[in-house]
Amino acid sequence: MSVNYLNEKKGLTSWLFTLDHKRIGILYMITVFTFFLVGGVFALLMRLELFGAGETFIPASVYNQFMTFHGAIMVFMVIIPGIPAFLGNFFLPLQIGAKDVAFPRVNLLSWYCLIVGSIVALCSLFFNGVDTGWTFYTPYSIRTDNGTLWVVLGAFIMGFSSILTGLNFIVTVHTLRAKGMGFFQLPLFVWSLYSTAIIQVLATPVLAITLLLLSAERIMGIGIFDPKLGGDPVLFQHFFWFYSHPAVYIMILPAMGVISELITTFSRKTIFGYKAIAFSSVGIAAVSFFVWGHHMFVSGQSEWVGVLFSFLTMLVGVPTAIKVFNWVATMYQGSIKFDTPMLYANGFLFLFVIGGVTGIMLATLAFDVHVHDTYFVVAHFHYVMVGGTLMAITGGLYYWLPKMFGRMYNEFWGRISFFLIFVGFNVTFFPQFILGFMGMPRRYHDYVPAYEPLNQLSTFGSWMIGLGFVVVFFVVLQALFKGEKASSNPWGAVTLEWQTDSPPPHENFHKTPVVGKNPYEYS
Amino acid sequence: MLYLLINSAEAAWLPVAATDLAKEVDQLIYFLLEISVLASILVIGGFVYFSIRFRRKSEADKPPAITHHYLLEFLWSFIPFVIFMFVFGWGWLVYDKMRDHPKNALEIHVYGQMWNWDFVYKNGRKSSRVLTVPVDKPVKLIMSSRDVIHSFFIPSFRIKQDVLPGSYTALSFTARKKGKFPVFCAEFCGAGHSSMLATVHVMGLREWEEWLVKDPYKGMSISQIGESVFQKSCTACHTATQEKRIGPGLAGLFGAKREFEKGGSLVVDENYIRESILNPSARVVKGYGNMMTPFAGLLQEEEMTGLIEYIKSLKIEQKDK
Repeated sequence: MSVNYLNEKKGLTSWLFTLDHKRIGILYMITVFTFFLVGGVFALLMRLELFGAGETFIPASVYNQFMTFHGAIMVFMVIIPGIPAFLGNFFLPLQIGAKDVAFPRVNLLSWYCLIVGSIVALCSLFFNGVDTGWTFYTPYSIRTDNGTLWVVLGAFIMGFSSILTGLNFIVTVHTLRAKGMGFFQLPLFVWSLYSTAIIQVLATPVLAITLLLLSAERIMGIGIFDPKLGGDPVLFQHFFWFYSHPAVYIMILPAMGVISELITTFSRKTIFGYKAIAFSSVGIAAVSFFVWGHHMFVSGQSEWVGVLFSFLTMLVGVPTAIKVFNWVATMYQGSIKFDTPMLYANGFLFLFVIGGVTGIMLATLAFDVHVHDTYFVVAHFHYVMVGGTLMAITGGLYYWLPKMFGRMYNEFWGRISFFLIFVGFNVTFFPQFILGFMGMPRRYHDYVPAYEPLNQLSTFGSWMIGLGFVVVFFVVLQALFKGEKASSNPWGAVTLEWQTDSPPPHENFHKTPVVGKNPYEYS
Repeated sequence: MLYLLINSAEAAWLPVAATDLAKEVDQLIYFLLEISVLASILVIGGFVYFSIRFRRKSEADKPPAITHHYLLEFLWSFIPFVIFMFVFGWGWLVYDKMRDHPKNALEIHVYGQMWNWDFVYKNGRKSSRVLTVPVDKPVKLIMSSRDVIHSFFIPSFRIKQDVLPGSYTALSFTARKKGKFPVFCAEFCGAGHSSMLATVHVMGLREWEEWLVKDPYKGMSISQIGESVFQKSCTACHTATQEKRIGPGLAGLFGAKREFEKGGSLVVDENYIRESILNPSARVVKGYGNMMTPFAGLLQEEEMTGLIEYIKSLKIEQKDK
């Protein structure tokens, strides 16, 4: 095997102190998948408890901790760093023809921030535990056990990982593009990472301040959120969602970028409406800062505020719809091949459409009042976050695996994994829409017997998803150790990362690429 | 087991609509569902059809380079925009009616606390876990919380409102159907969140007026008064057996020795039970968290006496041992 980034240096320290964006990407991959396993096990345990009405095998206090860990781990340690820090770190420099990101040391620092933050957060497991849900709503989070403080501080530290990665990407895109590559020759994955980075840099500091205030409230009783001291508990919700709503776009925008890549490659056709997709990413990023109040239609905020946020939320629907139509139009008259990544891309489209239309429903004021804080909302955001982001990250993993490790995966088992995850996902989460209409509130350890059949169906589905990801795990392992050697461009794709070796050499390209055409010119 | 209180939860996918407003909400729900199904079929059908129609036939396929189509792009931006604005307006109209509190409404105060709902009526009558209202009369609930944020959710009325500590929120409705409708707490509030249930009992006006002036404890022994308070206010966390829930089971408590979280122990007597109800954090039993809300100021003397007598009467069942 020729010299590449994987074998040019050996030993653990060469990985732990590496400045190569590709190796840092792999560090993120291992980290994110480890946490995904942990968060997933918590999810399976929750579903198991919900298999029957009444207490099945864990009491409410333990269930609430599982619920909190599932949410906090999946949000802060899996979905937020998932695509940008893992796939983005690896492929952003490659796609723009750069040797590395602009600040390689900062890049490594951001990984350590994630690791330190995660360790601090997981410390709560060994102390009193935390049972607030990942949203830390006050005043409950002020009066519950001390474990909360660990998770809050952990999330605070992890925030810096996100900020540093975002900053790095913005500077990299501005300064390190290959010769001849203007902004409109950027691959759409880069556009989506760029939009995401803007949100990461602007919104994450607000979360940091909010979490510091919450810690100060707990430790010193400063009376900002605690009504007993004259504080306003709803203010916390405003602060929290001012970050956390843009954060859901940190989670989904990069996924949309991956899908744009997959659909053009496997349709072997230029993307339809390149500029519309690029600008809609930026548009979504901009509007995302002004919709946080749609999480609070029944919180006691004034009617007019509710109306304004409902209106602004509808506006986000337009650029999102544009993207979906553009992807479908890209497939028109294409030459479509259903390798595993394309199956995942189509799975994404299917689930994202359902996640999208239910998002419009939830933005409708009177509709939201009935299903707010019910399983309808749980189903909606899992359709977007899991059906969207997780399908994209898994599809992206299959797509770029040959480039990252120079090995092909087993196509048959890749498709089996898709089938299990896709069907299992719908079996798990579609019944939850109906449970929401029926009125089952979320974060319930126990429920009325009428909700039992649909909950059981949902639990069956969760086992299918679990099995599907076990298959993904073995497919990846098999590819790494026994996979066929991959050529430099197994899919016939045209973006720059496919013009170098698989796996790429240390500084990515033997000869610095010069770009003369648009990113998706197939014919 | 916990839910024997509420047996009227609907098996249908939408609970029975028991107010006029609920029916209006349902129309909106049905419209949104229809248009969403239609849109989903168009998009999903579209790419499934393309997937089959434009499958790769040979590696030499040369797809055309279609980069954009302005009219099409305008249409698929503008048409969704119009639909979104339409449902936004409709949602607003109905929401506005929800937020309308009639001037002549019957006012009832609602208090949320971990993990119970208390109701106080204008004449001083109190109830817990059961909200009693007359049919066809506008009712306004003036709500506040004694501890953390809760949310008062009546699925059959399609309304929900967070209940805050330190300020008041309101919820209005006019029930059109007699019967019992479940109430859930919809804002996460800790270990007892899913057992923080209540029932709205809608009855005829005359029946309701009679209920309002009835002494709920008339003709009861002290211990029976205690049992009825226990059923309303304590069962989210305690059982009348030895079974642990969020708090300890209470059978056999009286006269038994208890050790405390902060150290020390005593033999349970009337004073300890009284203290644990009024100021639970004073001496928390080993193995339990300091989670109970203080009941100081919430119980009348006869209710307190009743509770103590009732707890005294709870003996350990002998059949297991």
